[in-house]
Amino acid sequence: MAAANLSYRAVFSLVLKRDLTIAMRHKDDIINPLLFFVIVITLFPLGIGPEAQTLSRIAPGIIWVAALLSTLLSLDRLFKSDYEDGSLEQMLLSPQPIFVLVLAKIVAHWLITGLPLILIAPLLAILLHLNEQSYSALMLTLLLGTPVLSLLGAIGVALTVGIKKGGVLLSLLVLPLYIPVLIFATSAIDTAALGLPYSGQLAIIAALFFGSLTLAPFAVSAALKVSTN
Amino acid sequence: MWKWLHPYANPEVSYHLTGRIIPWFSALTILFLSIGLIWALAFAPADYQQGDSFRIFYIHVPAASLSMGIYLGMAIAAFTSLVWQFKLADASAAAMAPVGAIFTAIALITGSAWGKPMWGTWWIWDARLTSELILLFLYLGVIALHNAFEDKALAGKAAGILTLVGVINLPIIKYSVEWWNTLHQGSTVSNLGKPSMSVEMLWPFVFCFLGFALLVGTIVCIRFRSEILIRNSIRPWVKALALEKSLSNNALENK
Repeated sequence: MAAANLSYRAVFSLVLKRDLTIAMRHKDDIINPLLFFVIVITLFPLGIGPEAQTLSRIAPGIIWVAALLSTLLSLDRLFKSDYEDGSLEQMLLSPQPIFVLVLAKIVAHWLITGLPLILIAPLLAILLHLNEQSYSALMLTLLLGTPVLSLLGAIGVALTVGIKKGGVLLSLLVLPLYIPVLIFATSAIDTAALGLPYSGQLAIIAALFFGSLTLAPFAVSAALKVSTN
Repeated sequence: MWKWLHPYANPEVSYHLTGRIIPWFSALTILFLSIGLIWALAFAPADYQQGDSFRIFYIHVPAASLSMGIYLGMAIAAFTSLVWQFKLADASAAAMAPVGAIFTAIALITGSAWGKPMWGTWWIWDARLTSELILLFLYLGVIALHNAFEDKALAGKAAGILTLVGVINLPIIKYSVEWWNTLHQGSTVSNLGKPSMSVEMLWPFVFCFLGFALLVGTIVCIRFRSEILIRNSIRPWVKALALEKSLSNNALENK
């Protein structure tokens, strides 16, 4: 069997390419969470008032909470359509390790949703009058933190993919797991605004990233096996 | 080495074992809790700084540490079930989840009632309080996931995975006091060798703690029995049990 002899790297890039191609053919899947992110952030100045000082104080929190929510919205597409058309089951049945398949799907999800979010974040930071010293902290925390969101979120989706109305349940399961990332990311940005070193918080987010990178795919594979039964 | 444990994998044996344990547990619960609570609330010396309001400590601290302990127990049960495919472990995790959620809620409520006179506010976004709140969310998530599945076996597995993922939260709670050093006072009891509490205050605490722990044991055993019955409702021994029960009820009515 030729398919059985594929190297892990080949499997990884195959799944990654497939998911990216599918995403490119449904561009609204990429754009809608991003639009949501932008709109939520525009709502805050309207609700709180346009004073630059207040906004710059709460900007890190707003940007991060909006990032959490828009990631949450986009999570559904990670496994749902594959589950419905049966290709997820075929992937689980394939001789390749599920770890690699799952990791490729999560990386694709991050490239589709996390990366655009990072690219647009500086623009929104300007709208919220974020302190100039905080920009690098914002970018670094987003760069390290959004993959954690995709990885942890994948566990939640994998657990709820078989349930008919899993959407609300998904947010119940996933949001508490996001809290540590939120705490350390906003604390890093706040510390940067004071001109202090924030490498400690970054190190913890990096630890969360590597921890979830190595462990989350196992949890996702186990959860997918339960969901597909 | 573990062979003596094997018979208890049989639901019927476990059902009868817990049936024998429950009277002992509940009797000890009543004994310890009444001694501990009366001693703590009426006779233990008042704190020189906090006065009588510190007495809520005797409920708050056992509830808080048990809320984490129950989660750890759930995680061990989930791990056992996932690794060794031990079905009763799922039933015990399902039995523990609501009890743990209630104890977390008790810890939060008593904590805020204690915080009002001490810190002057009901709620403070301190790290420890926040992580206890997250623990409550985790419990509720596990319970919600459990309820979302029709099939109890699948529900147990899914909730087990979530429990194991959430167990990462436990060390965060434990070390949060050292990480973010804020309003919440450092722990006074855990360093057993040299407690920073006077002995007259410590003993009632020990009784209260054991009493609450036994209470958890009793409730979990009762819930565990009903989980066993629900999962095995089509087995002959459950049917025989139900028949026996209804026969004895009828006999009572006919008297």
